[in-house]
Amino acid sequence: MPDILQKAITQPPEASPEGGHTQVLLDAEHLAFRAELRAFVLREVVPIAEDYERAERFPSDLLKEKMAPQGYLGIPYPKEWGGRGLDYLAYAMAVEEFSRAWGSLGIIVAAHTTLGIGPLYNFGSESLKKAWVPRLAQGEIIGSYGLTEPQAGSDSGATHTTARRDGDGYILNGTKVFCTNATHAASTTLTAVTGKDAESGRSRISAFFVPRDTPGVMVTKHEDKLGLRGSDTSTVILEDARVSEHNMLGREGEGFKIFMQTLDNGRISIGAMALGLAQCALDEGLAYAHNGLGLFKSLFAEQETLALLADIATDISAARMMLYGVAKLKDAALPHTQEAAMAKFFASEVARRATDRVLNLLGRDGGIRHDCPASRAFRDVKLCTIGEGTSEVQRLVISRELLRNYAKGENK
Amino acid sequence: MNIVVCLKQVPDTETRIRIKDDAGKGIVRENVKFIISPFDEFALEEALRLKEKLGGQVIALSLGPDRAKDALRTALAVGADKAVHVNDGGLAGTDSLGVARTLAAAIRKLDHDVVLFGKKGVGLDRGQVPAQVAQILGLPFAGQATEITVSDDGKSATVDREIEGGRERFEVPLPAVISREKSANELRHAALKGIMAAKSKPIQAFTLADLGLDAAALQPKVLVSKMEYPTERTAGRVLQGDAATAARELVRLLHEEAKVI
Amino acid sequence: MMTLSETAVAGPSFELTEEQRMLQDMVRDFATSTLAPRAAAYDRSCEFPHDNVKEMAELGLLGVTVPDTYGGAGMDTLAYTIVIEEIAKACASTAVIAAVQNSLVNFPLMKFGTEEQKKKYLPKLASGELIGAYSLTEPGSGSDAVAMQTRVRKEGNKYILNGTKVFVTNATGAELFIVYATLDPELKSKGVCAFIIEKNYPGFSVGRHEEMMGVRASGTSELILDNCEVPLENLLGTEGEGFKIALATLDVGRLGIAAQAIGIAQACLDYSLGYAQERKQFGKAIATFQLIQNKLVEMAVNIDAARMLLWRAAWLRERGQNFTKEASMAKLFASETAMKAGIEAVQVLGGYGYTKDYPVERYFRDAKITQIYEGTAEVQKIVIARHLTNPA
Repeated sequence: MPDILQKAITQPPEASPEGGHTQVLLDAEHLAFRAELRAFVLREVVPIAEDYERAERFPSDLLKEKMAPQGYLGIPYPKEWGGRGLDYLAYAMAVEEFSRAWGSLGIIVAAHTTLGIGPLYNFGSESLKKAWVPRLAQGEIIGSYGLTEPQAGSDSGATHTTARRDGDGYILNGTKVFCTNATHAASTTLTAVTGKDAESGRSRISAFFVPRDTPGVMVTKHEDKLGLRGSDTSTVILEDARVSEHNMLGREGEGFKIFMQTLDNGRISIGAMALGLAQCALDEGLAYAHNGLGLFKSLFAEQETLALLADIATDISAARMMLYGVAKLKDAALPHTQEAAMAKFFASEVARRATDRVLNLLGRDGGIRHDCPASRAFRDVKLCTIGEGTSEVQRLVISRELLRNYAKGENK
Repeated sequence: MNIVVCLKQVPDTETRIRIKDDAGKGIVRENVKFIISPFDEFALEEALRLKEKLGGQVIALSLGPDRAKDALRTALAVGADKAVHVNDGGLAGTDSLGVARTLAAAIRKLDHDVVLFGKKGVGLDRGQVPAQVAQILGLPFAGQATEITVSDDGKSATVDREIEGGRERFEVPLPAVISREKSANELRHAALKGIMAAKSKPIQAFTLADLGLDAAALQPKVLVSKMEYPTERTAGRVLQGDAATAARELVRLLHEEAKVI
Repeated sequence: MMTLSETAVAGPSFELTEEQRMLQDMVRDFATSTLAPRAAAYDRSCEFPHDNVKEMAELGLLGVTVPDTYGGAGMDTLAYTIVIEEIAKACASTAVIAAVQNSLVNFPLMKFGTEEQKKKYLPKLASGELIGAYSLTEPGSGSDAVAMQTRVRKEGNKYILNGTKVFVTNATGAELFIVYATLDPELKSKGVCAFIIEKNYPGFSVGRHEEMMGVRASGTSELILDNCEVPLENLLGTEGEGFKIALATLDVGRLGIAAQAIGIAQACLDYSLGYAQERKQFGKAIATFQLIQNKLVEMAVNIDAARMLLWRAAWLRERGQNFTKEASMAKLFASETAMKAGIEAVQVLGGYGYTKDYPVERYFRDAKITQIYEGTAEVQKIVIARHLTNPA
């Protein structure tokens, strides 16, 4: 792994394993940032990834001491808010590079930046933002996010968590599951039902920013996961937790819309994570082929291997173009629901295939060790087809957008 | 020591029982998986252990249609030495007494020191046949045995059974009929060799004629008039409020609605 | 020995004989009641499941096809595949242990062993008194087995072996090892010899235990041969016959692995089907959603097809016909099926499928190795391609 990354830093872009396409999307500034990220990852992340993963150790030290000072915990937020002041494309690249070395780190950063800070930054009141965004963006504290509940998975609108008006605040009751970062986070943004729509009978859902130290907030059940074991996924229980009305994000009843928009951005970050994992798989495959093919004297054994590498690299290139393209759409403030869903769907499925096939290659020597980067990526990647909208949901989102746009065209 | 074990097939305990349309007197048997009644399995395991301790042979006996052969094959595979199958169309619709008469006639044709049953078949749950068989054969009967110990001379057995707050112990001379309560000893799995050996062990078949019985005499004296599904359980209720309030409400409901206190 | 169907017909019957059905019921019940409850803990601890092995041995599952004259059950190839499939549904690690014993240790002894060797070892293997392991792979020779570096030379009344073998399944629990070594790498396949090595022979040791991603309780470890002394009478077959023995062994081994893969896939289908019928979203059981149904249907169809391929290969073997291509096809297809099933089972269970509270993530990890050991997918394709282009 270190050799590959070293090469990745020093090689000119057109000769890099990712292919020269991205030069079209990345200007000099982005290329420089990417080089900076790679040097950082090589120095600080690669040496600890395997140990931390095996020990299931949340990298608080890495986050606070090494990443926060570089602004890596608030990349897309303006400098005046404590962030690094770069665009979403740069942020996506960062998640990709972190994930390439250590999937757990990728999801920690993605969940914190997009889901933990995002709803607050985009929909919080000025005073709430001033009180919290700088500390979060500067990495002094970590943010988390709670949408899923035991009976509300893909059907995220089936929220049962309630927020009852109480004077100048709300009393929250409910359970949120699969909250990334929750154990180490100082805050959670979440959805709760604030009422019922008189006409349709449907729940009105609102979004809240809940500080972790609010009485009545408990974080339990640290999940024992297939992969991403250096990250923390836990359950947040709210028992008569009272928050001020100022902690509501956006207006009452806007919660579902806020979270759907947040997920659009989340799809970009998870897509980036998937890309990083896929790239890791390709890196491992290339290294193996480079070292190992020479030993295989039988020519016919090589063709499949070569084709495998070609397939994976092509898939990844396409996914990367798509993902960087969506990031640019977002940076241009253009609508990107369909494109984000496509990018997340495609990148995660590409990554799943890539990590799967590379293991067959590496396994030629007889088996798969638990701790090799490819095995880790294989286990990490399965989250990408599930979290922040399963692939099945993405397909429904995409088709809905397709038909909606088609209908608009028809009516012209 | 000759140990006869009586086995009955019942619908698999996981089956969703459906009552037949014909005035609800029986259950639908098509597409139902049949298993050996669990209590009979405990009896069979007991029989095998007795044989391991005392020597002799285990004879599996079953009354039923063709599919009863599966139960008998399983018994042979786990270690029974012989199997006897009583199958006759004239037995259709008979009651417990009819079954008992038929089994008794078959047992008379076999050397028997101990006749083991499960305490009841979990299909109809009547539990009458073991005692009826004992009565017909003129043998002592010890039911719901939790422990069976045969004397060294093989002439008697000590049988324990659990009662409320204690244990009863019986001494019975052999031959005797004993029905087995649930046991900690699950029926052993058939080893592969046992499965292979079962092929060459014979299953002796008896018709009513072979037993000197007449279908007319086995007409049921007990008739099922109706079968119904149990009443549906209603949903539970969650009591609100703090512990003290909920407790008060619970007491009120138990007294006024459920009328149990 | 029984045939696949009780009547001698031109083709295989799709029905099991009564013995095969009883066997299936018994192993299924044993696997569900005894093996399944222990599987998650063994996956976590990576300990060799001695209790499972002992109980399998008592039921005769470690010598399924060994003739009863040598203490085995004398059942046929199909019965063997049923045993492995049912065990694999509950615990893939335990299944591969049983498969290695039956296919990779019992079989070469039966086919290539002398009467003395068979009498000495088969009864103990069949009864489980001895656990066996098979070692071919080395650090420098996986798919390219002929490139092995483990050397053997004759010295007086002994063979002396030197080398290292890796990824040896069963190694930590085994006392008997079939080891392949070469007299001279220049001789290529003609130099390979097979040896029966007892654990206590001088110079033999079991080395590092591999922590695997899947089948973690299969006792996979290294073997170290350091001037290991093997009596002359423990040569299996003749000098230079080793490669032929290895290939014949792998043919049977692939049947076992295909069965293991089918068992894993079936477990994936059973579990996700049950879950999908219970889990409700948007007011309905997710089993009613077409996208979920697609996954279940594909699993079911592929499993059935894989099982038919396997049974066909078993049938050919029973009739004494060449079954190399068919075994390869079965292993290739079944392992792909298992991997896809694992992937989709986790997907069906969504976030819950990603946690260790549910068994599907274990099935996902276990499935991967079936695509790799006993010949990667590439190797299977090479074998099949050879048969296609050279039907002789």
